[in-house]
Amino acid sequence: MNAAFLFCGSWREQPLKPENAMTDAISFKLNDKPVRLEVDGDRPLLWVLRTDLGLTGTKLGCGEGYCGCCTVLVDKIATRSCLLKMSDVRDKEVRTIEGLAANGKLHPVQKAFIEHDALQCGFCIPGQVLHAVSLLNKNPHPTREEIIRGMNNNFCRCGAHTRIIDAIQSAAVEMKGGR
Amino acid sequence: MNANDYLSLNFKDIRELFPIDTRRDFLKRLGGGIIIFVALGDFLEAQEEGRPRGGPPGLPSDFNAFLKIGEDGRITCFTGKIEMGQGPITSLPQMLAEELDAPLDAVDIVMGDTDLCPWDMGTFGSMTTRFFGPALRAAGAEAKRVLLELAAESLKVPVSQLAAKDGVIFDRQNPEHRLTYGQLAKGQKIQRHLTAKPALKEVAEFKLIGKPLLRRDAHDKVTGAGHYTGDVRLPGMLYAKILRPPAHGAKLKSADTAAARAIPGVQVVQDDDLIAVLHPFPDVAEGALEKIKAEFDIPEATVDDKNIFDHLLGAAPPANVLAQGGDLEQGRKLAAKKIESTYLNSYVAHAAMETHAALASIEGGKATVWASTQNPFGARDEIARAIGFEPQNVRVITPYVGGGFGGKTFNLQAVEAARLAKRVGKPVQVMWSREEEFFFDTFRPAAIVKISSGVDGAGKMTFWDYKVFFAGDRGAPQFYTVPNHRTVAHGGGWRAPEGSHPFGTGAWRAPGNNTNTHARESQIDMLAAAAGVDPVEFRLRNLSDPKMIRVLKAAADHFGWTPAKAPAKRGYGVACGIDAGTYVAAIAEVAVNAGDGSVQVKRVVCAQDMGMVINPEGARIQMEGCITMGLGYALTEEVHFKGGKVLDTNFDTYEIPQFSWVPKIETIILDANDNPPQGGGEPAIVVMGAVVANAIFDATGARLFQLPMTPDRVKEALGKV
Repeated sequence: MNAAFLFCGSWREQPLKPENAMTDAISFKLNDKPVRLEVDGDRPLLWVLRTDLGLTGTKLGCGEGYCGCCTVLVDKIATRSCLLKMSDVRDKEVRTIEGLAANGKLHPVQKAFIEHDALQCGFCIPGQVLHAVSLLNKNPHPTREEIIRGMNNNFCRCGAHTRIIDAIQSAAVEMKGGR
Repeated sequence: MNANDYLSLNFKDIRELFPIDTRRDFLKRLGGGIIIFVALGDFLEAQEEGRPRGGPPGLPSDFNAFLKIGEDGRITCFTGKIEMGQGPITSLPQMLAEELDAPLDAVDIVMGDTDLCPWDMGTFGSMTTRFFGPALRAAGAEAKRVLLELAAESLKVPVSQLAAKDGVIFDRQNPEHRLTYGQLAKGQKIQRHLTAKPALKEVAEFKLIGKPLLRRDAHDKVTGAGHYTGDVRLPGMLYAKILRPPAHGAKLKSADTAAARAIPGVQVVQDDDLIAVLHPFPDVAEGALEKIKAEFDIPEATVDDKNIFDHLLGAAPPANVLAQGGDLEQGRKLAAKKIESTYLNSYVAHAAMETHAALASIEGGKATVWASTQNPFGARDEIARAIGFEPQNVRVITPYVGGGFGGKTFNLQAVEAARLAKRVGKPVQVMWSREEEFFFDTFRPAAIVKISSGVDGAGKMTFWDYKVFFAGDRGAPQFYTVPNHRTVAHGGGWRAPEGSHPFGTGAWRAPGNNTNTHARESQIDMLAAAAGVDPVEFRLRNLSDPKMIRVLKAAADHFGWTPAKAPAKRGYGVACGIDAGTYVAAIAEVAVNAGDGSVQVKRVVCAQDMGMVINPEGARIQMEGCITMGLGYALTEEVHFKGGKVLDTNFDTYEIPQFSWVPKIETIILDANDNPPQGGGEPAIVVMGAVVANAIFDATGARLFQLPMTPDRVKEALGKV
């Protein structure tokens, strides 16, 4: 991903900032690139990603941390970006769904979701994929039960659950950790 | 009885539409190539038995689908249908490529753009494959005929000597003598209207139809590259948050917006009843909205989620007889055992993960609105009315839709975005919060079913007296062989007279049928138990429809069902249903925790006869989705309310199915390729209420009459055993 895309999304040259708002310089790593934003530290990461940075793969599902559609990785751990303030990610490493495929090569979890048809409408999928990546980071050898427990609070309304579980099991094997 | 008798699509619930502009500018913009137009209405007239004559009201008279073979060889299908997870983005190109003998990856599809696509009623009722599919296949077949004629001329051989394969037409006697579809389309300006139904391929000739294909949008969706409405960005756009009443029916008395206005960059708009705050950041707009001090007059709450059923019975419209035969009194006399029951179900939310969203931009007298909608043309007309534009000056574009289930057929958010964009002269996005989504959802109506029925000493049903209130007639007519029967519906669909429901109601995946099938199949189970007959055997004894018998036997065989009179303490339940022309039978195994009243569904086997299957992989996914989503209305989902105030505002109190609930799911699709395709996106959900209720009965002897079967209701029922 090039830096221009990182900063301006599809159209915006400079991140907007509200006139006279209290802003702070917040530096963090976003999808492997250093970012420095002049931004109100109380603003939610979700909306700064989606609006200021044009990274719209992170979705709003419920806005209160129940559903997991807004999941991103913060220092490799799945975190709900709707509950996170910008000041919480200062000096951290943030990864969004756009930054998961390395040099255009899909992550094994992404590949497994495709191969298992583990999605329907797809709206929850960025969050599901990142949560699964985080789960496999912590536990490369998950049992089916551990996957179910680990994924339980990521919601899917279309009912792709069984395929998502299968996909995560396959990805674990592909990543040479599964059992 | 015939499956098509159950094709109740509730067309009468679709509001009157504007007259359709039949010949739009897009025809001029299509450029060169080969274009085939096809009118779904004509096909419906000419269709095999059972299709609704003449189709739904408002079908265009000239065409409503077309495909183009461009001079570059790309084949593009234009359709007003939308993709919300149910899979036409894969299955429609699959059908088209089959008839055209083109490679699948040469086929593009443009969906839900009202300027580019011909008019469509909307994506609901499991109609895409059933009704649109045959038309699209016909267009493909016609296009191939045109290509063969062109090739015959160019290659100077008769059509009969030519063959088509993988986007190439060649001379059978000299296969090197060939032309690609792109070469044939080059320099052409052919527009062909399909007037007669061309010969479609026979099942035996299929190369692509019937082959399991993975979703074509998966890469987009696992990388975050796929855009939903809320992801569309325009220069200078503003995000709007709208002041909402605390309850339906509440009237605004006063609003003090000064504190919101004082926030730098915030714009407050008042447009009649619409008060909105706008800002380049949605979170800042949301913060500003909280600063508005508003007072409302809230009407006194008279109904709530407890007394709603009495209220509804009091407000019920007169009965409409759906089916009757024999003599009920005679049937009562013949009955050895009689059972009278009342079944209830609560309001249920659609709760798609994507909330309603729209982005509206108005420039030079033309409004362009991106919307998460199941009916882009309906949205176009609603917007046009609201902002005083002609419909042709409103363009609705539908990106990926993040789930619909019937909930995105009403387009208030798109109207709001358009009204605000018109006022502020900038593009405006409206994306509802989860709380707004719960407030404005058009819920599946609360409903009541009363059944009186009886069985004789031989385990045969003698009478069936069925009344449904407020759910509508879809799935109400029963399909068992009962000599004396009557089925009536009070209220024809999800709409009800003013004052019936305290908030909006609408179509919820297989509308009406979840309610009706829950009641019918629970009652059948009670009759089986009363007769002392195994519930599968009882159904078979009272069925004569070979299709349903085949489906039920397939489910029972696969499950490994062994006969036993319920309650057999095994936790096994069975239920059958028909929806959108598809026959379904499901068998479930549950475990009931008598201590806390919780129910774990451990295994569901579901067999389906859905006629011809286009993409078996897609069909199975829909069955799995139906079974999983159906656990919600069976076990937990109900809207809590007091008067017009919706008490559920998020997923903390409104519980939808989670990973830990999901049973082992086994799907069986019966080979029925010689019959036309039937519905796929809805049927398997209709059996979920009854199959779980019947399994709970088998496990415990407790009969639950109300959905959802929450732990409290399970404990209460256990207390009565």
